Amino acid sequence: MKNRFLKATFAIVLVAAFFASCKPKNSSNAVSGDAASKVYVAPGKYDEFYNFVSGGFSGQMSVYGLPSGRMLKVIPVFSVDPESGWGFSEETKPMLNTSHGFVPWDDAHHPEMSQTNGEVDGRWVFINGNNTPRIARVDLKRFKTAEIIELPNSAGNHSSPFITENTEYVVAGTRFGVPGDYEDGDVPINTYKENYKAHISFVKVGKEGEMDIAFQLRLPAVNFDLSHAGKGKSHGWFFFSCYNSEQANTLLEVNASQKDKDFIMAVNWKKAEEYIKAGKGKREKARYAHNYWDEKTHSAVSEMKEDVLVLDAMALKDICYMIPCPKSPHGCDVDPSGEYIVGSGKLAALIPVFSYTKMLDAISKKTYEGDYNGIPVLKYDAVLHGEVQKPGLGPLHTEFDGKGNAYSTMFVSSEIVKWDIKTLKVLDRVPTYYSVGHLTIPGGDSRKPFGKYMVAYNKITKDRYLPTGPELTQSAQLYDITGDKMQLLLDFPTIGEPHYAQAAPADLIRNNGQYKFYKIEENQHPYVTKGEKESKVVRNGNVVHIYMTSTRSHFAPDNIEGIRVGDEVYFHITNLEQDWDVPHGFSVKGAKTAELLIMPGETSTLKWIPERVGTSVFYCTDFCSALHQEMQGYIRVSPKGSNTPLTYSVGTNMPATK
Amino acid sequence: MNKLSLLVVVFVLFLSCGKSKSESGEDFSAPAASEESAATDASSYDPNRGEGKHSSVELGATLDGAMASKGEEVSGVKCTSCHKMTDERLVGPGWKGVTERRKPEWIMNFITNPDPMIDKDPELQAQLELCLVRMPNQSLSDTEAREILEFMRKNDGVK
Repeated sequence: MKNRFLKATFAIVLVAAFFASCKPKNSSNAVSGDAASKVYVAPGKYDEFYNFVSGGFSGQMSVYGLPSGRMLKVIPVFSVDPESGWGFSEETKPMLNTSHGFVPWDDAHHPEMSQTNGEVDGRWVFINGNNTPRIARVDLKRFKTAEIIELPNSAGNHSSPFITENTEYVVAGTRFGVPGDYEDGDVPINTYKENYKAHISFVKVGKEGEMDIAFQLRLPAVNFDLSHAGKGKSHGWFFFSCYNSEQANTLLEVNASQKDKDFIMAVNWKKAEEYIKAGKGKREKARYAHNYWDEKTHSAVSEMKEDVLVLDAMALKDICYMIPCPKSPHGCDVDPSGEYIVGSGKLAALIPVFSYTKMLDAISKKTYEGDYNGIPVLKYDAVLHGEVQKPGLGPLHTEFDGKGNAYSTMFVSSEIVKWDIKTLKVLDRVPTYYSVGHLTIPGGDSRKPFGKYMVAYNKITKDRYLPTGPELTQSAQLYDITGDKMQLLLDFPTIGEPHYAQAAPADLIRNNGQYKFYKIEENQHPYVTKGEKESKVVRNGNVVHIYMTSTRSHFAPDNIEGIRVGDEVYFHITNLEQDWDVPHGFSVKGAKTAELLIMPGETSTLKWIPERVGTSVFYCTDFCSALHQEMQGYIRVSPKGSNTPLTYSVGTNMPATK
Repeated sequence: MNKLSLLVVVFVLFLSCGKSKSESGEDFSAPAASEESAATDASSYDPNRGEGKHSSVELGATLDGAMASKGEEVSGVKCTSCHKMTDERLVGPGWKGVTERRKPEWIMNFITNPDPMIDKDPELQAQLELCLVRMPNQSLSDTEAREILEFMRKNDGVK
């Protein structure tokens, strides 16, 4: 009897515990709740969001799943990648061509996803090359860099590649004031104020994503830093933060921090379009590469462009307006309604928020406090919506949750501050570990944010992970922002240095028509081998083209003789597989280039110049089947001028008999 | 008896909790694999017909030569890296006699839908032990599959 009573009590407690655990999550248990269960994505399950994270000095872009923080892929963009042959295969080399020639690296800061009607649409991600100024477009059906355009008249493409709400334009602005490429740049550096200029570029994006510089605006030589397009009511305008309005050319740390206020520059790009139509632009000599991937030939094409259309925004008075903004503004972020423009003065003790409506009013009433090298400067108070007081130290960047809140990172005080856009009241603050730079909320710079998670990208991680010598990883930190209080859920390491990142609902991308393989029928590579019967080796002088196929688990041909030292040998490998997740690798002993990773249905080419007489070998580097270790071949290298006949075969070169 | 019923009650409660969560719309996790796995189980597998959309394939009394030569062309790109025309095994078995050993429906289903059939067909499983390479899905269209079948018939001497 007593025993039964105990058991009944035990059962009731269990049931009660169950109901408690099943209760819907709310803000109260978001603070004390189980962070682990919120980020746990069971084996075989998918993440809820894709997260595209800049690789910074790695030059690439990484892809993570949220909320798990699992890395899904690193997409080679600006830097060579020997594991996939990016920048090493004959087909991919032209992607990294510039007016300086082949540049194998860059510093990639800001991914920006394409938008339709101000909402993330899952087609492409753009990302800037900061050093040798470029913009790349990554195709999200293939997770592959599809296009790279270089930017003339620029040095340090930092305020890029932010886009307008229908992806009409992607912009770029020079970080360094420099003489234009069409001017004499061989001038004393201390003539900066007379001879240096700044150009920002409006790059038109076509229906298939193709990029073309529509025009550049010629501006006073300041340092452009970040930018964001207007949206909704402010569509048609673009906002750029700029510092060094002092126009210092040395010790900028001190000399570019003299003035109380620098500027947010508002650009009326629809007005600029009118001037272009009216023929006010001037074609200036330039030299910049435009590289794009041709999906039919599985090859990149690089073309050099020779001029660019420039509009002088200092002479044409109603394209640009300067909004004074305290202390070297960095982040320049526009809220989902398009009304509020947030400038983050990185040395300021407050965050100014400007009003688009007030700005238009000030422009129409000419409420100017003067001009800056010919560009009207609006009165600060006339444009100001208000200031967020004492947000923290070192405000850098702001994203939005779509519920009326803004989230700003504080680099110096290592925290994120949540504030109300209308009332400008600070609502919550949460520490980051440590020295946060950018942050992202899925869709957080669009008209439609998905305000569930926020990720902070941190510059410093000392003591957060197991030590790895002097160089430590940088990190991302995931927060739940569904409640009143932000809740830290997860830390995860990143590649390179993460600057900006973007995120979008997973379904938007995984249902966008993802490629699983390339159709062999549609392969128009000039050296494609459609079937083993067509495999062959062709010598033309000292140039040898090897038309080779790969399939589980052999190459055809796999015995090649008659190659000579000093020949220029091109292995054109066609992967004949027509199934998902069956790439083949290709590698040659002593190859000074790289290996190849060839997708199903694709053709890739590795150039090899044999230097030693003897027998060389090649094999598949991507474990493809139970007989992967058998996937290998031989290539016999004879001396220069040798008479060894050119032969090739698969499966027929049987042991010699005496 | 009481003990048992209590346990059942508790168990059912936990089950219902799990269910309500997945119906809440919170769970975006829906891997593609789980959507496709709802096909047939091994017990309903028909070893004569195989598994796939081809349930009846009509063969002409004589060979369709044009169709067979198209089949030869397609198989040159997608098949003959691994299959010889003789009875000799390369990566997979040689094609000689295949149209006598197998029903046309089985061939059409296997070359367009290999993975589920390798999982269920006892003879294919035995074959896999010999070849050790699962026949890949080469994304053949129905027309291409039919052309290849005609080429196989030609290879087996149909005039």
